[in-house]
Amino acid sequence: MTKEILRVEHLNKFYGDWQALHDINFKLEEGEVLTLLGPSGSGKSTLLRCLNGLEQFNEGAIYFKGQKITPTDQEWQSLRQKIGMVFQSYDLFPNLTVMDNILLAPTKVQKRPAEAVKDEAMQLLERVGLIKYVDAYPRELSGGQKQRIAIVRALAMHPEIMLFDEVTASLDPEMVRGILQIMTDLAKKDHMTMIIVTHEMNFAAQIADQVLFLEDGKIIENTPGKQFFTKPQTDRAQEFLTSMDF
Amino acid sequence: MAHSAINVFFAGDNFARLMQGLWTSVWIAAVSLVIGLILGTVFGVLRTMPNKIVRFILRLYLEFFRIVPTIVLLYLAYYILPRQLHINWPASWMAVLAFALWVAAEFSDIVRGAIESVPLTQKESGLALGLSRMQLFRYVLLPQAFQLELPATINLATRVIKTTSLLMTISIIDVIAVGQQIIEANNQQYPNGVFWIYGLIFILYFVIDYPLSAWAKRLAAKK
Amino acid sequence: MSWQIITQSLPIFGKAFVLTLWLSLVGIVGSIIVGIISSLVQYFKVPVLGQIITAYVELARNTPLLIQLFFLYYAFPVLGLKMSAETCGIIGLIFLGGAYMAEGFTGGFTGVNANQIDNGKALGMNKLQLARYVVFPQGFALSMPALTANIIFLIKETSIFSVIAIPELTNTALDLIGMYYRSNEYLLVLVIAYAIILIPVILLLNYLERRVRYGTFGN
Repeated sequence: MTKEILRVEHLNKFYGDWQALHDINFKLEEGEVLTLLGPSGSGKSTLLRCLNGLEQFNEGAIYFKGQKITPTDQEWQSLRQKIGMVFQSYDLFPNLTVMDNILLAPTKVQKRPAEAVKDEAMQLLERVGLIKYVDAYPRELSGGQKQRIAIVRALAMHPEIMLFDEVTASLDPEMVRGILQIMTDLAKKDHMTMIIVTHEMNFAAQIADQVLFLEDGKIIENTPGKQFFTKPQTDRAQEFLTSMDF
Repeated sequence: MAHSAINVFFAGDNFARLMQGLWTSVWIAAVSLVIGLILGTVFGVLRTMPNKIVRFILRLYLEFFRIVPTIVLLYLAYYILPRQLHINWPASWMAVLAFALWVAAEFSDIVRGAIESVPLTQKESGLALGLSRMQLFRYVLLPQAFQLELPATINLATRVIKTTSLLMTISIIDVIAVGQQIIEANNQQYPNGVFWIYGLIFILYFVIDYPLSAWAKRLAAKK
Repeated sequence: MSWQIITQSLPIFGKAFVLTLWLSLVGIVGSIIVGIISSLVQYFKVPVLGQIITAYVELARNTPLLIQLFFLYYAFPVLGLKMSAETCGIIGLIFLGGAYMAEGFTGGFTGVNANQIDNGKALGMNKLQLARYVVFPQGFALSMPALTANIIFLIKETSIFSVIAIPELTNTALDLIGMYYRSNEYLLVLVIAYAIILIPVILLLNYLERRVRYGTFGN
């Protein structure tokens, strides 16, 4: 049985007079992978940031596991422990070692015992192939390595949903494949619920259960994954796929 | 009577004299700034040039002014010019000299920093267009550097204005020296005059400096 | 230039040197404490107190130390508050320096990269945790250049204590010049004394600045 984990209803967001998001509606089930596609400036990242409260929305509602979210600082802060996020800019905390970066939030925010988190962190580091960097500082790591640590750092919180905001966009091409592989594993092996903003069309086609195609802050298409890539329903989506060499 | 002490401003021509003193401070600050900024621009440009000896001398010059407090600079000018060099300027011109050299030192570093932070590609595309070194400075580097250095320059101006408070120490009749004269002359009649006079001067400095530093802060925040 | 004049003056300058160091140290430590407290109040936007601190910072930064000292030393006694010149000097220096330090720390806090703050938030940190683990460690490192500049500035500002007759270096030199009319010798000793204090301080602070920057940001 699948269970709904996230639902967005009639979400509108404005910056002053300008409307960044228009009447966004979608829902997501546990273990599902949703990709947000669309040209630059279409509102994908803004939408993603609304889903963990980094951006405020003006109208509409978001439901997490059937509960309507009250958009207060406290509620978002506790929800963010369940909704992990990884950013384009792979910012680790520069003053902390890799291990301390991973331990910080689980021990200080979730107050879990350091020893248990440490064991788990070691397993995750093993999994992303960076165990020997456990005591390194971020300055000693490449961009791709930092991004893998950032993913581990988010996973160590035991999130129920992971948000990925163009996590490969600032990386050298040879680093991209490793990151995408980690995300694919998360989807296929761990059945992690994920929302992904990406420009990697082949990756999106392979991983997506559901696709939202955005333009000018509006959802133009909401289609099951495979169908979007083989038979897009709108001309705009077709043009977009062509422009991305897909 | 404490509440009538404010009348000390209006006794005789006290207020006019205070404004006269303020004017002395203002013109010394303004003239020092103009001379110092021009000289500082020249020094700053020279400090980006390849000549090591020139750069070293200008660096020493800057460090001297970084180490010696401004009040000491005033005394250096005040004692050395007449006694050693037999130059007998009025004290206010000695103050202008000391301030201008100090401003030039500080500003040379601002200019150098700003020129060096103009991206290398700008320099290269200028040279690629066949600009001479002079033209490169004139049309490419200095205009871009000007944008970068404006907040720091305004802050330097606020410091110069505040530093004019030291003028009285080399017997220039600035606003504070006038204030002291008024306080002494009216001590019998207005024993609380000291509070009002220094209070007014405090506010005068604030009224001049605050808008400038707020402007600098706004410019810096825009970047 | 007479060496005899210089060597004879050294014991008096020695005393003044120690006093300048002492006043600087107390002033710097006091300013850092006032600056940290003020910048925290501003960071957490404490109601009322925040506005008071903002007003204090602007007033202190935009008025000369000399007039602040005159106010403390000459005007406060009229209100019934009489303090020694040294006390006035230290209070004045901390009043001024605290505002500069507050400005420096606040600049550091606001300079922390927005991505770092997003990362902290995305990991579920509340405002206090965000401040404690992300903003303050990086913000203090970012404010190091301002801290360095302020420390040098405050040491030099002690020279203004001469106007309320505190026998620090500048005041001592002026007294000697007034008594013996030998300006070259005493001014030379004065400039050298400031160099002896400030050159090591500048070198040390620059070294610390690089260490802290490398330790925090790795560059």
